[in-house]
Amino acid sequence: MLIALTVATAVAALLLALWCGFAAYRDQPTKDWHFIGMAAVTLLAVVQLVVGVVQLARGERPEQGTTIFVAYLIGAAACVPAAGFLSLAERTRWGSITVAAAGVVLAVLQVRVYDIWGG
Amino acid sequence: MTSETEAAGTADGTGAAAERKGTTTGGRTRLIKGPGLLLVWLYGVMVVGALSRSVYQISTEFGHAPLAYSLSLLAALVYAFITYTLVRGGETARRAALACCAAELAGVVVVGAWTLIEPSAFPDTTVWSGFGRGYLFIPVLLPVTALFWLRRSRTEQPAA
Repeated sequence: MLIALTVATAVAALLLALWCGFAAYRDQPTKDWHFIGMAAVTLLAVVQLVVGVVQLARGERPEQGTTIFVAYLIGAAACVPAAGFLSLAERTRWGSITVAAAGVVLAVLQVRVYDIWGG
Repeated sequence: MTSETEAAGTADGTGAAAERKGTTTGGRTRLIKGPGLLLVWLYGVMVVGALSRSVYQISTEFGHAPLAYSLSLLAALVYAFITYTLVRGGETARRAALACCAAELAGVVVVGAWTLIEPSAFPDTTVWSGFGRGYLFIPVLLPVTALFWLRRSRTEQPAA
């Protein structure tokens, strides 16, 4: 369950990065549709956080330590919203590039989550 | 590319320009605009990454690799200070950020070379190991980009 969510979140994050990267390429700021996309990716990351905590509560243990695991899940959930708020104040292509960077960072975090869980 | 960005900024219309002026607090030059926003975001990510990592490692297994973990903490503090100066804006902050980015670049290069030349001194990796290899080389690319951005911000200052 957690592994499937990790892969799904990573793929969604990369798609978001491509989409916002394309917006930046066309010299556009983030628009409503982009924010809906960010919300969708964030929802995936939040669900992953909940599922991760539930699995911990059920007694499963990540390979590289519980603290690191939870820290990465929280970081992953906060990653895209933080960039989204920044891009609200920057109505140029640089807002889009920042969200695209957040997508790439989230995908990298997912690879780490995968390693930490021991998938 | 930079002139293109400026053109885009003005083409946004007066609304965006007024909004930007409105957020200039106390006449300070805003450093978080355009490419500066991406820089602040990446520095923020590095603060969270380096700080949480070094605090965790120092509190749980400091004896394992004291040098590596101390250097990670140092990196985290430098990142935190640069992020603060970028967010604050203004000429003094810009100069402070410029100095810190130069120090950061020197740190990445020295520590990066150190980890390659004498790996035995580092039983565990630090943030700047192998020029920031564990962080997609962002630690070495970030200060270079920031130095360019901060130098360019000065020439723009009279307009802002």
